[in-house]
Amino acid sequence: MRRSIPLVAAALGAALTLTACSGGGDPAENEEPAPQETEAADDGGSLTIWVDETRQAAVEAAAADFEEESGTTVELVLKNYDDIRTDFLTQVPSGEGPDITVGAHDWLGELTTNGVVAPIELGDKAGEFADVAVEAFTYDGQVYGLPYAIENIAIIRNTALADSTPGTFDEMIAKGREAGTTYPFLVQVGETGDGYTLYPFQTSFGAPVFTQSEDGSYSSELALGGEGGTAFAQWLRAQGEAGVLSASMTYDIAVEAFKNGESPYILGGPWMLGTFEGMDLAIDPVPSAGGQPAQPFTGVQGFFINAQSDNQLLANDFLTTYMATEEAQIALYEAGDRTPALTAAADTVAADPIAAGFRAAAENAVPMPSIPEMGAVWSFWGTTEAGIISGAIEPAAGWEKMVADIQAAIDAA
Amino acid sequence: MSSPQVPQVVAPRGAPPGQSSDGPDETIPARRPSSIARTFSRGFLAKILLLAVVDALGVYVVMAAWAQESFGILWAMVALLVVANWAYFTRRAIPLKYILPGVAFLLVYQVFVVAYTGYVAFTNYGDGHNSTKEHAIEALLAQNEKRVEGTEAYTLAVVEGAPGLGFALVNDGEVRVGWADEPLADVPDAVVEDGVITEVPGWTVLPRAAVLERQQEVVDLRVPVSDDAEDGSIRTQDARNGYVYRSTFTYDEEADRLIDTSNGLEYAPNDEGNFEAADGTTLPVGWRVTVGMDNFVQAFGDTRYSTPFFKVLAWTVVFAVLSVVLTFLVGMFFAVVLNDDRIRFRRVLRALLILPYAFPAFMSYLLWRGMLNRDFGVINTVLLGGADINWLADPWLAKIAVLVVQVWVGFPYMFLICTGALQSIPGDLVEAAKIDGAGRLRMWRSITLPLVLVATAPLLISSFAFNFNNFNIIEMITEGNPRFADASVPVGATDILITMVYSVSGLDGGAAKNYGLASALSIVIFIIVATISVISFRRTRTLEELS
Repeated sequence: MRRSIPLVAAALGAALTLTACSGGGDPAENEEPAPQETEAADDGGSLTIWVDETRQAAVEAAAADFEEESGTTVELVLKNYDDIRTDFLTQVPSGEGPDITVGAHDWLGELTTNGVVAPIELGDKAGEFADVAVEAFTYDGQVYGLPYAIENIAIIRNTALADSTPGTFDEMIAKGREAGTTYPFLVQVGETGDGYTLYPFQTSFGAPVFTQSEDGSYSSELALGGEGGTAFAQWLRAQGEAGVLSASMTYDIAVEAFKNGESPYILGGPWMLGTFEGMDLAIDPVPSAGGQPAQPFTGVQGFFINAQSDNQLLANDFLTTYMATEEAQIALYEAGDRTPALTAAADTVAADPIAAGFRAAAENAVPMPSIPEMGAVWSFWGTTEAGIISGAIEPAAGWEKMVADIQAAIDAA
Repeated sequence: MSSPQVPQVVAPRGAPPGQSSDGPDETIPARRPSSIARTFSRGFLAKILLLAVVDALGVYVVMAAWAQESFGILWAMVALLVVANWAYFTRRAIPLKYILPGVAFLLVYQVFVVAYTGYVAFTNYGDGHNSTKEHAIEALLAQNEKRVEGTEAYTLAVVEGAPGLGFALVNDGEVRVGWADEPLADVPDAVVEDGVITEVPGWTVLPRAAVLERQQEVVDLRVPVSDDAEDGSIRTQDARNGYVYRSTFTYDEEADRLIDTSNGLEYAPNDEGNFEAADGTTLPVGWRVTVGMDNFVQAFGDTRYSTPFFKVLAWTVVFAVLSVVLTFLVGMFFAVVLNDDRIRFRRVLRALLILPYAFPAFMSYLLWRGMLNRDFGVINTVLLGGADINWLADPWLAKIAVLVVQVWVGFPYMFLICTGALQSIPGDLVEAAKIDGAGRLRMWRSITLPLVLVATAPLLISSFAFNFNNFNIIEMITEGNPRFADASVPVGATDILITMVYSVSGLDGGAAKNYGLASALSIVIFIIVATISVISFRRTRTLEELS
């Protein structure tokens, strides 16, 4: 009998493994804690919320208030922000998803097509939010999330090197050269390009991605081609030749260079501010390169409710009563530097000139399209831009081919 | 690198215990005490204990599966538990005791994964077909139940009475109550304190905890505003506020039709997992259905993909073969050199050579990507004295760059296994060859190389299979770029099959996700790799005959 001990140990190992994969009926699911069953709710029930690292502390604070008042147990699950979208999509149908997750408004098209997100009625509270925030979370006439922050890119200026940001791109470059730094202006491109960051320049040539109707919603009709698109492509090549834009300029290199005072201007968002701590900064609107207003994308972040959640009531109550408060939204602002979506909170933080600067730069901004067709744009857009900048792709023809390829991808879907 | 999998052959030692005469199945009462004393040895106790732990964990899994209603897992676990208990308590299953853990691992990690991928390959699982039909119907109904524009928001309380749950709400200072079957009606003498309804005659106002206990019921409750259904119904999402909603969709369960009440259109389920109207319009939320060979047809039938596919296939084979050959040659070179007694500090040098292997490959890839940057990378600015070489944007240079990184990351593994193989070559063979007057080259060709190859061939084959699907190196260094200039799909010069699958099926976010297509292509890759591996293993048998 003695010699079977190792075998039993091995069997134990096997069983342990089986336990580890016991959820393995769905390959996408991982070691998330199982969602609470309703019958386990002996007092005020329990809520599971997916958060990422930046938002953890702020949500924790609001959850503590909620727990105290309602007797509910709130469990925060820390997730990598990049994983949340896919995991939410795969885990909600299997019943493993959280009750609430953080997310961004541009996921909305995909989330609703897959039926994993529940509508939220903001009621009279809707008026307390910035219009753009509620619009961004509206899909086909229904609101699907509680917005908490608005983010957009703007020119971050090192006040020690330049006293203002001129209204046009060429003037800004000229001023940047006067400053005598290594770079007149920094913007990330990278070998795979960056359609998001270069978008304000593209719109200044009158080439938005999709046509937009009066109420701000996007149609699936591509608008980035045409004369405006060609002009933008040629501008990209010219800036590439002049060395102002470069495909080897990655996010890390650009941020590091700005931090070291190698340029008076960088085009970027509030997520960069943490790196620039201690610098004297000002935030200005993006100058126009093509004559028309430069419109950056607005991204709105918010909370989604799982359509299959057994705790719809609790989840709604938590969001509309505890996360839609000035206090909670300011806490989120402090954690992530993004302008609060709640107008009252945004007004409070506007005392900070940086926050006010980003808010002012958002004046021209347009919401990032949340329609599913946008997915097909990303994979062609950036690489084409990078190719044009580095000279590998002929501007006019390359841009035209890109538009045709995107159209083909949309049609094939 | 994947580690070698050497089949374990365990020779049985001694006679199986079942054949001893004093086993517990002996029924002579007089002998029983001694039999128990013997069988309850420490080993037996340990076995009982360990199996108890295994069983406890297994039962836990069964219970968890029950709670999740994952019956496939439940029955698989029950079967495994029964087999495990039987195998370790019976005396008739000696071989099974050895192979059971291995078989269990095989079932979970290989058979299940391959079978599941195979199953998904024949479905349309992906964006728009993410779940079951029930979920799709639920979602469509929820998405089309909208708040009636211009209606008020009401302060609301959940009340319970003879007809069940109802809503009480404040309207123009009056409290009105209704339930599922009865529209709202005024209730006099109700008490409202600070905007909260506290008392309703004839009804109990449910406290918060009671509401939460029945939250599903509360969320599902619709109280008609009036006798006219067109006026909509009251519902609440937080048990504090009520709003008037009107649903534009109804589901007819018997006919299995979704009906749009605003225009009378009827949507019937179709074969693709969507609700479709007579005029061909479909509703956005669909469900998962099996679609036969559609995914395979799409993978090879779409002309946009066929040209790049063969280019990518060719590069994948070249990449996998060169990865193995180059790393092996470099690794063996260092192994042979460092195997020579005349070299000093051999230990230090060996340790240094293994360093890239000790460093996480992920980090290496990222560091190399930075080093290969055209304007800021160390390679251009320092090593090549300010050269302007666009390593990652030129198709050929990018391929070379990937292979160089691959050699850097992979050669220490080959160095290790070659060193091991060299040291196991018997000294008398070498001596005999020397006596026979063989030269260095001859010795190398006829003794060293064949013996090293015999020992390492299975590892080379597994290394090939690994590199055929080496997703990380491509995704971390080039992301498949530079793109093919003539292709209309996001596929590039350094894409290998698995990274192409990743982008083609939208898993990188560049298109609508299509897990069905991804699985179908994965199956194709699996078949290619399996075929090549089987053929290679057959060929290595001839090598083994040498020794």
